[in-house]
Amino acid sequence: MTVIRVEKIRKTYGKVVAVEDVSFEIRRGEIFGMVGPNGAGKTTTIECCEGLRRPDGGEVNVLGLDPQADGNALRKRIGVQLQSAALSPRIKVWEALDLFASFYPSAVDWKSLMERMGLAEKRNAYVSGLSGGQRQRLFIALSLLNDPELIFLDELTTGLDPQARRAMWDLVRDIREKGKTVFLTTHFMEEAERLCDRVAILDHGRIIALDTPPNLVHGLKAENRVVFFTDDPLPEDGIRAVPGVVRVDQTADRVVVCGRGDAIVAGVVNALGAKGIRYRDLRTEQATLDDVFLAMTGRELRD
Amino acid sequence: MRALGKLAITQIKLYLREPIALFFTLVYAPMMLVLFGSIYGNEPVEMFGGRGTVDVSVPAYIGLIIITVGLMSIPIGTASSRESGVLRRFRVTPLSPVLYLIADVAVYFLMTLLGVILLVLVGTFGYHMQFDGNWISVLAGFSLGALAMFTCGYWIAGLAPTARIAQTVGMVIAFPMMFLSGATIPLEILPESVQAVGKFLPVTYVVTLMQGLWKGDAWNSHGTEVIVLAGVLLAGVVLAAKTFRWE
Repeated sequence: MTVIRVEKIRKTYGKVVAVEDVSFEIRRGEIFGMVGPNGAGKTTTIECCEGLRRPDGGEVNVLGLDPQADGNALRKRIGVQLQSAALSPRIKVWEALDLFASFYPSAVDWKSLMERMGLAEKRNAYVSGLSGGQRQRLFIALSLLNDPELIFLDELTTGLDPQARRAMWDLVRDIREKGKTVFLTTHFMEEAERLCDRVAILDHGRIIALDTPPNLVHGLKAENRVVFFTDDPLPEDGIRAVPGVVRVDQTADRVVVCGRGDAIVAGVVNALGAKGIRYRDLRTEQATLDDVFLAMTGRELRD
Repeated sequence: MRALGKLAITQIKLYLREPIALFFTLVYAPMMLVLFGSIYGNEPVEMFGGRGTVDVSVPAYIGLIIITVGLMSIPIGTASSRESGVLRRFRVTPLSPVLYLIADVAVYFLMTLLGVILLVLVGTFGYHMQFDGNWISVLAGFSLGALAMFTCGYWIAGLAPTARIAQTVGMVIAFPMMFLSGATIPLEILPESVQAVGKFLPVTYVVTLMQGLWKGDAWNSHGTEVIVLAGVLLAGVVLAAKTFRWE
C-alpha cells in the first residue's frame, strides 16, 4: 500500500532549480531514504511532502491527502523531525513533551515515551544542556507524541558522533518495527545502506537511482576485493584460477585479489586452504553506495 | 483550550527564566520610581497641578513598561523564535497560528500588568501615591495602550528580516519614545518644540491617558488618546497579521 506518492514535482527558488521532475512512491511499513550531497534537493522534497513547501509543479499525495489543502488533517497523522527546528534553550525536557502533547487531539502518554527514548533522567534538564544525541532523541520523541502512521526524519544524524549515530539507527528500526513508515534524508551513504529498505539517490535536484541498496550495488557490477597478508610464496596460478578472479596484485606481504561475483571470497579462501598457505588479516572489500554515487556522477559524495 | 493553557503557562515559565526581559518588565520602572522618588520626594508641585512627582510618575512609567515590552521584548522574542526555528517546530503540529499568537499576547500582557502592579505597590507603600481615579477605568486604558503598542512589536518583527535587525529597530524607536513621550521625563519640563515631537509618538497618548485616568478624568475628555490608540491598534493588527511568518 502506498503512503506517499510524489509525481513529477518541481521547485525553484528564484532562478535556482532545487528539484526537477522528481517522482517516487513510499510503501507502508518501509524505511525509505533519500541520499545525496548537500543542496541536492533532499530537504525541499521532504518538506513538500510535509506541507511546509508548495511545489511549483507536479503532485504530492501523503496518506491520501494533499499536504497543502489538507495540512491540518495531515499534521495530526504524521510526525516530523526537521533539520532546522529548535526548542527554546530554556525549556525543560518534560515541559517540551507535555506542551507538544497538548497540541494533538489524542496523544500517547509522554512519560512512557520519555522513558523509551532514554530521556527519563534528563527530565528536568534544559534543552540547552542536552548533548547532540539527547536533543535528537527529544525531537524524535516530539515527533512520536501523536502515534503517527508516518515519520519524516530530515538529516537525523548530522552532527552526531558515530556511537550516537548507531543508537539513532536502532531507534529508527524500532519505530519501523511498530508498523510505522519512515521517510528519511541523509548525506551519509553508509546510513542509507544500513538503515533503508529502499533508497533514492538525488543529485542536482533529480533522482538518478532508486532501488534497494543491494540492487543498487549489484547493478554496478563493481569489483569485489579480497585482501590478506601472507609470508608464504604465492603459487602463480593457484589463486588466479579461482572462478571470477580477474587480477592478483602483490606488494611485499600484502595480496589483493580482484574479481566479480560474491563467490570469489569462498573461492580464494578454499584455494589458500588447499595449497596450505598461511594467511592473516583476511578481509573483503565490497562496493558500497558511495561507489554507486561515484559511478553515476563521477564525483565523490564527501565533497 | 488545553493547548492554549499549556502554551501560556510554558511561555510564562520561559519569561521568568529570561533575566534581561524580566528586569525590564518588572524591576526597571519600580527602580526608576525609587531613584527619582528619593531625589524629589512626593511633595505637591505647582507644575504638576499640586500633585507630587511620584503621583505623576507612576502613570507615566506605565508607558515606560509598555515601551520596553512592546518595542523590545516582543520584536526580539518573536524574531528570534522565528530565526532559531522554534516557530518552525510549532508549524508542523496541528497548533493554529491564531492560538499561538493569542497565548503569546496574553503572556506579554500578563507580565506587563504584573510590572504595573509592582510599580503601583512601590508608589503606594513607598511614597503614599495619590490616586483619584477608578481602577477599572485605568485597567481599560492600560489594556488599550498596551495592546496598541504590542502590535507594533509584532509588525516590527514581521518586517525585520533577522532578529538582530528587529532588535535594532525596536531599540531605535524605543529610546526616543522613552524620553520624548513623557514616560520618563515629565512633558511639562520639556521645551515646547520637544513636546511637539512627542505629539507624533503613540506612547505619548498612553502616558497622557494614564495620567488623566489617574486623576479621575472622564473618558470623554481623552477622546484624542482613544482615537489615536485605537487607530494604532487596528492598523497594527492588520499589519502584524500580514507580516507574520513562521520562518
